[in-house]
Amino acid sequence: MDYKDLNLIGSSSPHIRTKDGAGHIMGEVLIALVLPLAFAVYNFGPRALAVTAVSVAGCCAFEWLYRIILRKNNTLGDLSAAVTGVLISFVCPVTIPYWILLIGDFFAIVVVKQLFGGVGKNFLNPALAARAFMLCWAGEMTRWVGPRSSVAVTGAIDAMTYPTPMSYLHENNLADLQSVYDLPKMFVGLIGGSLGEVSAMLLILGGLFLIWRRVITWCIPVSYIGTVAALTFLFPRGNDPVQWMLYNLLGGGLMLGAFFMATDYVTSPVSRPGQVIFGLGCGLITVFIRYFGSYNEGVCYSILIMNLTVWIIDKSIRPRRFGVVKERKPVRAPENRGKEVPKK
Amino acid sequence: MAQAFFGGIHPNDCKAATNKKPVETLPPPQRVVIPMSLHIGAPCTPCVAVGDQVTVGQKVGDAPAFVSAPVHASISGRVAAVEPRIHFSGVPVMSVVIENDFNDTPCPGLTPVKDPDALTPEQISALVKEAGIVGMGGATFPTHVKISSGLGKVDTVIVNASECEPYITSDHRILLEHPEEVLGGVRLLARIFGVDRVHIAIEANKANAAEMLRLKIEEEKAPAVVDVLRTRYPQGAEKQLCQSITGRQVPPGALPASIGCAVFNIVTTMAIHTAIYGGRPVTHRVVTVSGSGVNEPKNLLCPIGTPISDLLDACGGVKKSTFKILMGGPMMGHSQFDMSAPIGKGTNAILAFCEKEERTVEHPACIRCGKCISVCPMHLQPVFMYQYEQAGMLPALEEAHVLDCIECGACTYICPGRLHLVQAFRAGKQLINNARAAAKAAAAAAEEKKKEA
Repeated sequence: MDYKDLNLIGSSSPHIRTKDGAGHIMGEVLIALVLPLAFAVYNFGPRALAVTAVSVAGCCAFEWLYRIILRKNNTLGDLSAAVTGVLISFVCPVTIPYWILLIGDFFAIVVVKQLFGGVGKNFLNPALAARAFMLCWAGEMTRWVGPRSSVAVTGAIDAMTYPTPMSYLHENNLADLQSVYDLPKMFVGLIGGSLGEVSAMLLILGGLFLIWRRVITWCIPVSYIGTVAALTFLFPRGNDPVQWMLYNLLGGGLMLGAFFMATDYVTSPVSRPGQVIFGLGCGLITVFIRYFGSYNEGVCYSILIMNLTVWIIDKSIRPRRFGVVKERKPVRAPENRGKEVPKK
Repeated sequence: MAQAFFGGIHPNDCKAATNKKPVETLPPPQRVVIPMSLHIGAPCTPCVAVGDQVTVGQKVGDAPAFVSAPVHASISGRVAAVEPRIHFSGVPVMSVVIENDFNDTPCPGLTPVKDPDALTPEQISALVKEAGIVGMGGATFPTHVKISSGLGKVDTVIVNASECEPYITSDHRILLEHPEEVLGGVRLLARIFGVDRVHIAIEANKANAAEMLRLKIEEEKAPAVVDVLRTRYPQGAEKQLCQSITGRQVPPGALPASIGCAVFNIVTTMAIHTAIYGGRPVTHRVVTVSGSGVNEPKNLLCPIGTPISDLLDACGGVKKSTFKILMGGPMMGHSQFDMSAPIGKGTNAILAFCEKEERTVEHPACIRCGKCISVCPMHLQPVFMYQYEQAGMLPALEEAHVLDCIECGACTYICPGRLHLVQAFRAGKQLINNARAAAKAAAAAAEEKKKEA
């Protein structure tokens, strides 16, 4: 046989790669978010689905347009824009006007993500940064409806605002909260709150799915939730530390934040010890804001603040070098000491 | 069953295509091309001329240095040319081309040692060098250097039969078909290093070979123990294997001897036995021909220097849509573009692929998932090394220990962003080594100037 006709390519090893690409991973995140979304529709009515759909469409459209206008390659295939879209809708109340939602989408995709270079380059979690920005419309962003309400797609938005578990906790009013929502209700999610944050049970289920599929590691969720649990148990407001702790864990967006926001690859440390530190910091700041802030929820800002520390965590945590028991600090040649690392 | 090294990956091993097929002998090739560089170290100098008649096992290239190994004729016939020919590394290398006379005349000078049991380790080492034995798992480091540098330091001898790369089954088949020779080599290694037992490391996916070997060891009272290791790439990498067996880690830049280990491939072990008890040098080896592009995957025993095309022909040729042909495994093998390149001493497989298993994309993008860190068996952080390399930050790249990288490819395999990590690290290492060489040359020039003044 003559082998000269073959169209052979030469390339550097390795010559095989795993099936699981970036789109595959983001697809699994979307799968993990399906049940919480379904519950949101059950709890808040059809508008929950419409809000999510609009947000996903908005994010994908902004990403697509930006890449087209700047003549860059299309990156919709990695599904990260879709995930951002779902997560933005999850941190909004179901009554959110669509135009505010689209502004949030624009901020997340264009300002936070694309202006810094696109996927993998942003230093803030796009969904949470969008939420922080959307709080410019504080009224609309905190107009809650109660559990098992059925908000229509067009959204009969009246001025009614229903207290969420976080507003009770912020006033240290555990007794009233216990009378409104018992613990099973808190766990299943039959409470008021942001669209996707209410069902702790399904969010934990989704998170466990992601850990099982090795999309995320246990490090951030465990250290984040563990820190919040420990702090609220040790410093309870009231005389029942266990109840206080459980309501703090199940109320607000802690589960959504710990499993789906803080674990965002791009804006969390790459090494496991770094991830544990990151989770610890998130937990500390969350409790700090909840206890001492005038705003009743701390998850969003704690993760955004810790996002800013990722680079230094990554820089300072290096794995132990293979074959070296105890490593000395890397020594630079005397002439290079104190100088910036030169570029080519 | 332990996996004592950090990280690693578990690709589909794809060994089922050939692991039940007995080794077949390749039909004698028309001609062989024997390159003077079939090992790491100084290339040999040809010691035959055009027109000479050579016999099987006759030396055709002399080793000019300690870190080198002689090369031998693998067929008998006439020397047709002594000239640079294409080598599997992609560049022309001085080679001896032999036209086959199809007589397979053995070299008359080759006789077994009279009293092999009386040999000292140094004598065995010298015989190993004469037989041209190199690390036949693919690294092709001269075996006599490993033996003599390890004498007196080594307390753990490991025979590597882990064969962790997908597709390759040549070691597995040799183990099943020639356990006596392998154990003969194991006995010699035990004697050389004065150890009571030699560890034979086998991955769990070759359970039948491990079981067979266990029975054989018991039967023959061989000084060996079979260690079944978790099937995990790169289990067979020297440093990782030492770690799996002994728990010790080879320090950066050092050899396994520094932690008392010596690792020999299973084929190398067998070659030592053949050299001492049979008096024959390395002239043939078993090559697995497999992959989606090969019509009839096989394990073939072929003379060293046989062109790749002869092996592919013996397997019914390749499919029209074949887009890549490799020498070695899919994780660390080299892609070949000229099928007249010869089989070397370390060639354990020829693979042809017609499916796009690389899954490369036009625009690779890092999503910072950190999976590369969690699979790196050398405890490196490929994600940052890649950034430094792309930005040309050589000092930072060096401080990230890029020179520790063993290029196993685990990070590239697992990367969801489809980055070309290993490729970047190779380039980075080259740049660092160039810079070091330049600095050295500059220092030498300055020294020279000082002397003159």
